[in-house]
Amino acid sequence: MKLHSRHLLGLEGMSKDELTLILDTAVSFREILDRPIKKVPPLQGKTVVNLFFESSTRTRISFELAERRLSADVVSFTAAASSVSKGETLKDTARNIEAMKIDMVVVRHAAPGSAHFLSKVVDANVINAGDGGHEHPTQGLLDMYTLREKFGALEGLRVCIVGDITHSRVARSNIYGLLTMGAEVSVCGPETLIPRELGKFGVQVYHHLEEVIPKVDALNVLRVQLERQKSGLFPSMREYHRFFGVTKEKVSRAPKPITIMHPGPINRDVELSADLADSEHSVILQQVTNGVAIRMAVLYLLGTTN
Amino acid sequence: MTTSKIIDSAGFKRTVNRLAHEVVENHKGVENLVIVGIRTRGEFLARRLAATIGEIEGNSVPVGILDITLYRDDLRGKLDQPQLKSTEILFDITGKVLILVDDVLFTGRTIRAALNAIMDIGRPSLIELMVLIDRGHREIPIKADFVGKNVPTSPRQEIKVKMREADDDDAVYLVNLDETSKEEKR
Repeated sequence: MKLHSRHLLGLEGMSKDELTLILDTAVSFREILDRPIKKVPPLQGKTVVNLFFESSTRTRISFELAERRLSADVVSFTAAASSVSKGETLKDTARNIEAMKIDMVVVRHAAPGSAHFLSKVVDANVINAGDGGHEHPTQGLLDMYTLREKFGALEGLRVCIVGDITHSRVARSNIYGLLTMGAEVSVCGPETLIPRELGKFGVQVYHHLEEVIPKVDALNVLRVQLERQKSGLFPSMREYHRFFGVTKEKVSRAPKPITIMHPGPINRDVELSADLADSEHSVILQQVTNGVAIRMAVLYLLGTTN
Repeated sequence: MTTSKIIDSAGFKRTVNRLAHEVVENHKGVENLVIVGIRTRGEFLARRLAATIGEIEGNSVPVGILDITLYRDDLRGKLDQPQLKSTEILFDITGKVLILVDDVLFTGRTIRAALNAIMDIGRPSLIELMVLIDRGHREIPIKADFVGKNVPTSPRQEIKVKMREADDDDAVYLVNLDETSKEEKR
């Protein structure tokens, strides 16, 4: 069993077997993270470049740690301190870096499809670390890993993604991945922030948290992006919090405790109340730990096949 | 392809028994002893060995499982990626006498990988190697401390170890590969 593609560009179109292979492989790497020496040699001699054209703390550090723990040589690049500010194109930047003999590229870029584009112009393995509003596959995988760890299986699991679905790459990767794995996926958010055709994918659409809370096992709460308010898609943070903010009081109406996830960084008391984020039902920090294991699995699976 | 049985089920049991006695005798007991088996059949052997030692000495010996996939030196050359499984050593190995167990000793590369993997987990005071079959053809300087059976082989032969935990019965077979077969497992 191996992955079909040399790149990880998105979870759309990946088979259940492939997703399962990544999740199973990550279990082995999760164990390594608990060892005193958290380093193994499979990517020895490989060079990985992290191309981050968009700001990121968690994802970049998580990828860097994963790469170093697999013994790869790592170069990280952030747009602000680079020739991008001198007007170099993505293609030129990538080809120049590749000319320095690298093996893998991890890319984060504001333009949807940028990872696909890169995979066509460079020979290295490309891993998408978020391309605009398109996909963020390793986030989708680590969310699935965390759910599987908590519930044992994804089949039949009821997961609702709450927030701005239209602009969310996290939502998109989660929807593709979870549906393939046989979970029941729903979304909940303001009408202005949910794509109209989503129902066609087999996703239940809700506009009231009260309605969906009794019907789910887990809520994946998305970050509210402040710039969306400026563009008039919802009136105010306070109103958003009142209707779509996930609070202890709202989830207490569920018949059994609901697991709370959040891809971070959290706007406390906007999309998620602080007490709930820190409660025993929150798996937000487990998501972060599992993220390193998932990224190790992806890097290992792509980096050791020819 | 011709196959001959070189150890049967009863012989298998006697060999494991003898190996267990050798370990206990050499170490004058089982104090400070831990056993680590290399996936997959090394793990089964390690468990049987521990059970037998338990019967002899009356106290139990911790057993761990080692997955060496990440430490292989042929990871990138393989067409099919080996499935990565977990290492399960749920005890501290530092300062312990560690008996490393595998079914067949051949090139020695698996053992090299296992030693590196062990060093990343802790620092045993002593590591000894036990194998059920030593078939020769070493490619690196590694030697077993406890050997079930020495079986001189040619490169055109293969050793197949069957164990009840995964197969129908306990047995060891010597397989003569066809002259035309290109399947040299090296």
